[in-house]
Amino acid sequence: MENDNSLLAVNNLVKHFDISGGLLEQLRWKNGRIVRRKTTVKALNDISFSIMPREILGVVGESGCGKSTLARAVLGLYPPDSGEINYQSSRIDNLTPHQMLPFRKKMQMIFQDPYASLNPRMTVKRTLEEPFLFHNKSATPTEVKDKVEEVMQQVGVEPSWITRYPHEFSGGQRQRISIARALMVDPEFIVADEPVSALDVSIQAQILNLLMEAQEKRGLTYLFITHDLSVVEHFSTRVAVMYLGKICELAATSELFESPRHPYTQALLSAIPELGRQKPTHIKLKGEVPTPIELPAGCVFHGRCLYTDERCIREVPQLISLNSGVEVACHAVEENRI
Amino acid sequence: MSHLLEVKDLEVKFALRFGDLTAINGVSLTLDKGERLGIVGESGAGKSVTGFAIINLLSKPGYISAGRVLLEGQELNRLPEEDMRKIRGNRISMIFQDPMMTLNPVLTIKTQMIETILAHANVSKTEATDIALDKLKKVHIPSSEKRIHQYPHECSGGMRQRIVVAIALLTNPALIIADEPTTALDVTIQAEIMDLLQELCASEKMGLILITHDLGVVSQVTERIAVMYAGKIAEIGPTQVVIHDPQHPYTQGLIKALPGSLQPGSRLNQIPGMMPTLTDIPPGCAFHPRCTISDTICRMEVPALISRHDHDHMIACHVVK
Ligand SMILES: Nc1ncnc2c1ncn2[C@@H]1O[C@H](COP(=O)(O)OP(=O)(O)OP(=O)(O)O)[C@@H](O)[C@H]1O
Ligand SMILES: Nc1ncnc2c1ncn2[C@@H]1O[C@H](COP(=O)(O)OP(=O)(O)OP(=O)(O)O)[C@@H](O)[C@H]1O
Ligand code: SF4
Ligand SMILES: [Mg+2]
Ligand SMILES: [Mg+2]
Repeated sequence: MENDNSLLAVNNLVKHFDISGGLLEQLRWKNGRIVRRKTTVKALNDISFSIMPREILGVVGESGCGKSTLARAVLGLYPPDSGEINYQSSRIDNLTPHQMLPFRKKMQMIFQDPYASLNPRMTVKRTLEEPFLFHNKSATPTEVKDKVEEVMQQVGVEPSWITRYPHEFSGGQRQRISIARALMVDPEFIVADEPVSALDVSIQAQILNLLMEAQEKRGLTYLFITHDLSVVEHFSTRVAVMYLGKICELAATSELFESPRHPYTQALLSAIPELGRQKPTHIKLKGEVPTPIELPAGCVFHGRCLYTDERCIREVPQLISLNSGVEVACHAVEENRI
Repeated sequence: MSHLLEVKDLEVKFALRFGDLTAINGVSLTLDKGERLGIVGESGAGKSVTGFAIINLLSKPGYISAGRVLLEGQELNRLPEEDMRKIRGNRISMIFQDPMMTLNPVLTIKTQMIETILAHANVSKTEATDIALDKLKKVHIPSSEKRIHQYPHECSGGMRQRIVVAIALLTNPALIIADEPTTALDVTIQAEIMDLLQELCASEKMGLILITHDLGVVSQVTERIAVMYAGKIAEIGPTQVVIHDPQHPYTQGLIKALPGSLQPGSRLNQIPGMMPTLTDIPPGCAFHPRCTISDTICRMEVPALISRHDHDHMIACHVVK
C-alpha cells in the first residue's frame, strides 16, 4: 500500500457519522433501566489505497456504500475518525485550514449536481474569477481576464455565457462551468463525484471527452466516482469496488473487467445490462442489503455471498495482493475456494 | 385482431400563462398482450408525459389536446374520471422511479395492499390478505408473512420497489407502465426487478411499457423499442433491429455515444449541441440542428414516421428512408 511515488495515499481511513440526534432521542428503556444509545453510520471502514500521478482511479459501488464520503474525506471536507491521508508524502488529514490552503489549490472537486454546487447568485464570470483570485491574491485584472478566457475556451464555455446565471443553463452546460471553475486554479488532482450521472448519454459523452482532454493536456490525476460500470471501464486506469464502506477489490481496469475475483464484483459485472446482447443469466445474490448502521460482523458481504463459510461470518477479510497485482478482500479467494 | 393498447396521434399540451406548449406532438404506438415495449430518449423528450397521458393522469396544466388512447378497444381519454379510476389500478398499473410515490409511509404494507384490493374487487378481508401474500411471494419477498406487517421505511430500496411491483399486480392488470423503475437501484437489484417484470409478462400475459433512458436495460428486457426526441417518436421497431441497425441519425448518435464497444480511453462519439426545450423547438425536423446529414427540407418540413421495408420498423427522417 505504501508507495513513495504516489500522489495520494490513504491508509486505514475510518469515518463514522453520529446520527443519534439530541440526548432525549438517544434514551431507550431497556430491562427496567434507561440506557443511552448512540446510532452511528459506519460510512468508511478501514479504507486504504493510493493513486499514482496521472492515474484515473475509478470508484464504483452501490448507493450508500460510502463513495461520496470517501471523496469528501480525501479533500479534507470531512475530518476522518482515524487513519491517514498523504498528498505527495505530506500528511494532510490533520492540518489547520490555513495549513491546508496550498493543498486546496492543488485538489479540486466536481460534484454530481452542478446546480447545487454553483452559487445561484453568481454570474459565470464571477464563478470563474473567484477561486482564481482567492489563490492568486496579487493577480492583475489582465491576468484574471486571460486566465478566464483560456479556461473558457478549453472547456467550451461560450463567451456569451459570461454574464448569465446558473439557472439559465442546462445540466450539461452547468457541468461544463463547474469543470471550468475547477480548472481555474491549475489543479493537479481532481475528485469527480458522479460528474455525468445526472446527464443524458449524448451530453455525457461531451463531458467525459472534456475530462479526458483536460487530463491529457494538463497531466491531471483523477479520483473518479460513478455507479456506471461502462463509464468506469472506458475512463479509468484502475478501479476500486466498494461495498458497505470497504474496498472489496482494487485492480487495473482491464484485469477487473476480464477476471473479477471478489464475489461481489462478479455479481456486479454479471448484472450490467449490455447493449444488444441478451445475457443468459446474471449471478443472483441472496439476502438483503444490510445498512451501514448495523454493519455485519466478519465480511460485510457475507449475508449476500454465495461462498460464505464459517470464517466469513467471524473474521473480517483484509485486502491482500494477488500475483496478478489485483487486491482482493475475500477469504474464499485467499483460500483458493473461488 | 385488436391490440391491447393503441395510441393514435397523441398530442399533449401544457397550458401556461404565455400560451400552450406542445410536449407530445403526434405519438402513435400499439402494444399487444404480453408484449414488452421500451420508450427511451433523453431527459425532457416526453417519455413520462406519454405514460401519464395513457393512464389519463396528467398533472394540472397538462392536457390531451388531440388523439386517442384505446385499451382493449375502449377509448380511455373520453371516459369520465370515475370510470377511468376503475381502470387505473385495475386494468392498468403504473410503477414510478420513487417507490414512495406509491407507498404511504404511515401505513403497513398489509393495510395498503388490502385497501387496494378491496377498492377494486368484491372479496373478504381474509381473501384479500391471501391475494396480497401471494403477490409478495411472486415478487420474491422473503418471509412475506412477516414483512407484510412492516412499514415501508423498514424495507430496503430494492425491497420497496418489489413491494410496489406486488401492489401493481394486485388486480391482475393487463398493462403495466413502469417509469424508470430501477434508476435509483444498484445494478444487481435492477437485474432482479427486470427479471421479475419479464417473468410476469410471460406468465400473466401482461403488457409492459418500460420507460427509461438506459438503452442497455431496454435492450435486455423489451421486444420493441420507441426512441423519442422532443415530443415525437424518431424511430420505433424490434429492439434488436433498432439497437444493431439503427436508422435514424439520432438513434445512431445515441448508440454511438455509449462507451460500450470503443477502445478504453479513446474519445467518445458525441452528438453536438443538446435537445431543444419546449419553447424553442426548431421548425421542420426537431433534430436538424444537431444532425450531421440534414438537408434543406429538414429545416422546413416535419418528417413523418414511415415504415421501412416490410417489417414494423419505422423512422421519421427525410434523408434516411
Ligand atoms: N453528513 C452525513 N451525516 C450522516 N450520515 C451520512 C452523512 N453523509 C453520508 N452519510 C451516510 O453514510 C453512508 C455513505 O454515504 P455516501 O453518500 O458516502 O454514499 P455514496 O456511496 O456516495 O452513495 P450514492 O451512490 O447514493 O451517492 C450512507 O449511509 C449515508 O446515509
Ligand atoms: N407540469 C408541467 N408543466 C410544464 N411543462 C411540463 C410539465 N411536466 C412536464 N413538462 C414538460 O414536458 C416535457 C416532457 O417531459 P417528460 O417528463 O415527459 O420528460 P421525460 O422524457 O420523462 O424526461 P426524464 O428522462 O427527465 O424523466 C419536458 O419538456 C417538460 O419540461
Ligand atoms: S469473504 Fe466470504 S462472504 Fe466475503 S465475499 Fe469472500 S466468500 Fe463471500
Ligand atoms: Mg454519492
Ligand atoms: Mg420522466
